[in-house]
Amino acid sequence: MIRLQFERVTKSFPPQRRGGDGVTAIADVEVRVADGEVVALIGPSGCGKSTLLNLASGLDRPSKGRVYVDGSEVTGPNSHVAFMLQRDLLLPWRSILDNVTFGQEIQHVEKGERREIALKLLAKYHLGEFTGHYPHQLSGGMRQRAALARTMAMNPDVLLLDEPFSALDAQTKMVLQQDLARTLWEEKKTAFLITHDLVEAIALADRVLVMSRRPGRIVREIRLDLPDRNNPMVRRQRPEIGPIMAELMSLLDIGQDRLDG
Amino acid sequence: MADTTPTAAIPAVPPAAAPAEPGATPAPPSFWRAYRVLIWSAIVLALFILGWEWGFRALGVPKYFIPTLSEIGSEFMRAYERMDLVHHTAITSFEVIVGFALGALLGMAMGYVLGMSPTAEKVLSPYILALQIAPKVAFAPLFVLWFGFSVEAKMSVAILVAVLVVFFPIMVNVLGAVRAVDPAMINLARTFNATRWQIFWKIEFPASMPALFSGLRIGSTLAVIGVTVGELVGGINRGLGFVLLSGETQGAPLVFLAILVLTVIGIVAYCAVIIAERAVLHYMPRRDFGKPNT
Repeated sequence: MIRLQFERVTKSFPPQRRGGDGVTAIADVEVRVADGEVVALIGPSGCGKSTLLNLASGLDRPSKGRVYVDGSEVTGPNSHVAFMLQRDLLLPWRSILDNVTFGQEIQHVEKGERREIALKLLAKYHLGEFTGHYPHQLSGGMRQRAALARTMAMNPDVLLLDEPFSALDAQTKMVLQQDLARTLWEEKKTAFLITHDLVEAIALADRVLVMSRRPGRIVREIRLDLPDRNNPMVRRQRPEIGPIMAELMSLLDIGQDRLDG
Repeated sequence: MADTTPTAAIPAVPPAAAPAEPGATPAPPSFWRAYRVLIWSAIVLALFILGWEWGFRALGVPKYFIPTLSEIGSEFMRAYERMDLVHHTAITSFEVIVGFALGALLGMAMGYVLGMSPTAEKVLSPYILALQIAPKVAFAPLFVLWFGFSVEAKMSVAILVAVLVVFFPIMVNVLGAVRAVDPAMINLARTFNATRWQIFWKIEFPASMPALFSGLRIGSTLAVIGVTVGELVGGINRGLGFVLLSGETQGAPLVFLAILVLTVIGIVAYCAVIIAERAVLHYMPRRDFGKPNT
């Protein structure tokens, strides 16, 4: 079953000023993500990766083509998908517990039920002692884990992850990748992960898609066929990673043109 | 270093914990250091009182220009017994509270409505700016014209001037805060399928709290000014404005007394806002008001 599908999707933005040029962010993007699959998307900055996510979450509509989640066309925000961004976006006036229940509160889930779900998730993500704390009292890694709990609390079919760990230091990042990978594996969730981090893409995904410079097109698909998708710490150490990295780097022109960053 | 293990090379406790002299713990701060703010405050207060009580006289300032503190003190006793100072204070306090509350509610309402409607704000912004710059207290004579001459009418004039001066800083602060809400937070709520009302109530409204409270702080002090001007212009025969005007014939101590009581009302109003602010914004790190997300 296909959980998330982009069907020849093009997104252009109108010119900012009169007489200016409009921008085509992505062109003819064709992506299918099957049930339980984790697909990573990498590409140069400004290639429209985040635009894809906005289309999938229903915040924005494509100019051409269609986006489907669970077989039905996305026409607006829907409860099949949930996203997680680089910034945790925890609401500073809510305790960690109330931040995790935020989405369910909006969807009028009964109070006792949403509390129960949130407490379970917080315990799972090692935040059991911090349910009553406020975001500013937590470290960046803990805040991002709370954001992950908030995303999971919605029990989405598809997780949209937009560079979720890129603001964290290297070690915290690895721990969180481990938590995420385990959750995705255990819950058999489908995920679409946008990242700058090549190792992250290889460590977490089943497939890696490479996007071109703007207008973004999918230029390459790499099926990883590596074991340990539930254990990125182990997968990172596999010898197969080197050649894949080399291929991705050459696709992204890394090393040939230092300005691409 | 070569024969220590890598972990031992990094001390768990920073070297600052190892004192330069063996056995020396940092000396407790001296009495002077620990209490210097308090000591200086006491010195300045003493100089202020002495300077006022004897300084002006020493400089040859006549006491019908600036009375001594003790004269103001005895004027207080006289006004308390003969002029029913409590009654006048109550009237003025009532006007301040009502004017502040109405002005704040109105400012909030307008701030949120305009904040949520960029078009309305753009269309109305020249008028808002003009009214913001116009000296609001100058509207007082107009209100006298509207309301008439009964005591209630005069009180209404004072209240209305207060409403007008309190309204603007609160509206402007709320408007700015609603406009500045992080769009990513709103998008987050939208992906959860939040309605417009939920976005307001769960994101925009709480996000505007720090700015609202700085508006309320400004408003609380302006309310006293508004009421005072309203009473003076309205020519009311109650309230501290009346006491002030009586001072024109009854002498400087009464003027200073009225100013003093008005100041106290302002301080109480300001402190009430601060207390409410501390209770509402308990989730924020201190000194970090106004920057809700980093």
